[in-house]
Amino acid sequence: MSSRIKHRKLDLKDGRVDLAHGSGGRAMAHLIAELFQPSLDNDWLRRGNDQAAFDVAGGRMVITTDGYVVSPLFFPGGDIGSLAVHGTINDIAMSGAKPLYLSAAFIIEEGFPLRDLQRIADSMGAASRAAGVPVVTGDTKVVERGKADGVFITTTGVGVVPAGLDLSAQQAQVGDKVLLSGTIGDHGVAVMSQRQNLAFETSIVSDSAALHGLVAAMVAAAPQALRVMRDPTRGGLAATLNELAQQSGVGFRLDEQQLPVRPEVAAACELLGLDPLYVANEGKLVAVVAGDAADSVLAAMRAHPLGRDAALIGEVVEDDHRFVQMTTSFGGGRIVDWLSGEQLPRIC
Amino acid sequence: MKYVDEYRDGALARKVAAAIAAAADPQRSYAFMEFCGGHTHAISRYGLEDLLPGNVRMVHGPGCPVCVLPIGRIDMAIALASRPEVTLCTYGDLMRVPGSRGSSLLRAKAAGADIRMVYSTLDALAIAQAEPQRQVVFLAIGFETTTPPTALAIRIAASKQLSNFSVFCNHVLTPPAIRGILDHPDVDAGAVPQLDGFIGPAHVSAVIGSNAFAEFAERFRKPVVVAGFEPLDVMQSILMLIQQVNDGRHQVENQYVRAVTPEGNQIAQAEVASYFELRDSFEWRGFGRVPASGLRLKAEYAAFDAERRFEIEEVSAPDNPACECGAILRGVKRPTDCKLFGTACTPETPMGSCMVSSEGACAAHWTYGRFRDHARRVA
Repeated sequence: MSSRIKHRKLDLKDGRVDLAHGSGGRAMAHLIAELFQPSLDNDWLRRGNDQAAFDVAGGRMVITTDGYVVSPLFFPGGDIGSLAVHGTINDIAMSGAKPLYLSAAFIIEEGFPLRDLQRIADSMGAASRAAGVPVVTGDTKVVERGKADGVFITTTGVGVVPAGLDLSAQQAQVGDKVLLSGTIGDHGVAVMSQRQNLAFETSIVSDSAALHGLVAAMVAAAPQALRVMRDPTRGGLAATLNELAQQSGVGFRLDEQQLPVRPEVAAACELLGLDPLYVANEGKLVAVVAGDAADSVLAAMRAHPLGRDAALIGEVVEDDHRFVQMTTSFGGGRIVDWLSGEQLPRIC
Repeated sequence: MKYVDEYRDGALARKVAAAIAAAADPQRSYAFMEFCGGHTHAISRYGLEDLLPGNVRMVHGPGCPVCVLPIGRIDMAIALASRPEVTLCTYGDLMRVPGSRGSSLLRAKAAGADIRMVYSTLDALAIAQAEPQRQVVFLAIGFETTTPPTALAIRIAASKQLSNFSVFCNHVLTPPAIRGILDHPDVDAGAVPQLDGFIGPAHVSAVIGSNAFAEFAERFRKPVVVAGFEPLDVMQSILMLIQQVNDGRHQVENQYVRAVTPEGNQIAQAEVASYFELRDSFEWRGFGRVPASGLRLKAEYAAFDAERRFEIEEVSAPDNPACECGAILRGVKRPTDCKLFGTACTPETPMGSCMVSSEGACAAHWTYGRFRDHARRVA
């Protein structure tokens, strides 16, 4: 990524991405120099190499990658750019790791407005600076009109795990408690409210946020008590707990009354026939922790701004069928099953 | 959530449950059919079975529009959607319903058919207006609740002279289906569990009125309680049914007074009567052809009738012989009586329609209640 080329300025107001911007020629260099570079600026990008080199400390590293195809690209509380930063940071953070660096690959549809691309790059830059996790290398491709939907972003992240910490999905044990960091369903409902054929007015905003600060507070509170953490994105809390039940060979029993759901989200879900348990989140985590440490971890979560509404929502139980069961607020029992088919298309 | 949470109050539910337990005569058992899929869903979603005494059993009825649509009509919809000029607009639930030979609207879409999921008839109208070069067909399904919006769409299309909008009408009627259950030959043969009463539909009754169920109380001597879709509505109506049975009464009672009147919504009824007429008979999954149970567009609106516009042939196709959807829809069998349930047939790979819609008896039991089967087996 080089910025030393002289050229006619990009028309960031009315211009559009064309195939030349992905051809590897001068136009691509302009796009990088004028649009991506200023938005994402940091020492590594400024060196203009095809890769970023950095020193590593000893210990265990984590790496993760995620593709973002959300539609619409801009939604209340965020956009595909901030989402691509938060989502990947969160996947790193769920291992208990401190996220260090991100990479970003853009697949852009021919004709995409440069103004929108800049807005997305700016939002990415702002999210990455706020999180203290720079985007240190990237790639840009342009595909013909109709071959993509505006822009798709893939981000990869690396991080380093504090010594002695080993969180993994196989470690939930009978008697453990389940903690949830806050209200569920905000992101999915915020995105859905912007869909053309659904448009409804709402004050609901996406919960998109980087959770590594909250995770650090939890790790500090009780490092040995944390079994596994996961961010319940697509498929919602229901999918996450079913995955963990399978992977750990246990069951879960939830108490519906303890599940934090915003009244606006509950109302929107009611209207659309959705269950908040299956709606995506982008700034929440669910943690399985040793029973005796649950209170101290919960207190640490509630002391952090992103865990203010944290709640103890259930426990790990023995179950050969690996069911996630819930006592409903009405007093009966039900399964919280995997989602069948798709409840909502492309929310992240 | 105001005006909703009140009807899901757990403390109140325990009180009603105690009243039901006190009212239910331990010397006998009670079997009530909830006609509507909406009630089936509420019963499963809130775990009402756990709040009822063991001698009160709920039998799931056929009131799930997706479930009763026969395979032949799905095949007809796929044939329509496969025409190059047609854009088929459908509710999402129908996408995965299996047609003949492993087909479905979802597969037809993947193969290139222009099929779009909509949330209302107005969405389909908007597509027709925005894309005048496309023939937009709205796949209309549902009981009396969803028919008035379809009528309204035809009214708007006619007033705007939209020549590229039509309706593939699969609207059906509730009373003939209840009659179909009570009149079915299985009943006389004693093959059907005795039904002691019905929970009458909620939204359907808001349109057609509670009087529409009088014949079941009078001719068939069955108690009917029209009930709302919230779990407390269902609990209260079960208590009302038990009291009718204990008193030897068979009346139509209305629990859902906040929405249902004896006469129903006469504006909606008039709107439907303006645009629709009865078919001689209509095929239902599980029932075969039921006389005077389905609607079609009146001749003067034939231009908006996709069956006439595209001259599609009525198709009838057999169900998978191992699938028990038919018997389940009539309340004769339970989902767990079907060999396919939970083995070949799950929500991911539905063999029958009851496993597709969240209002279907099989999908509801699989999704919310199957832990009870394992508990029973262990016990």
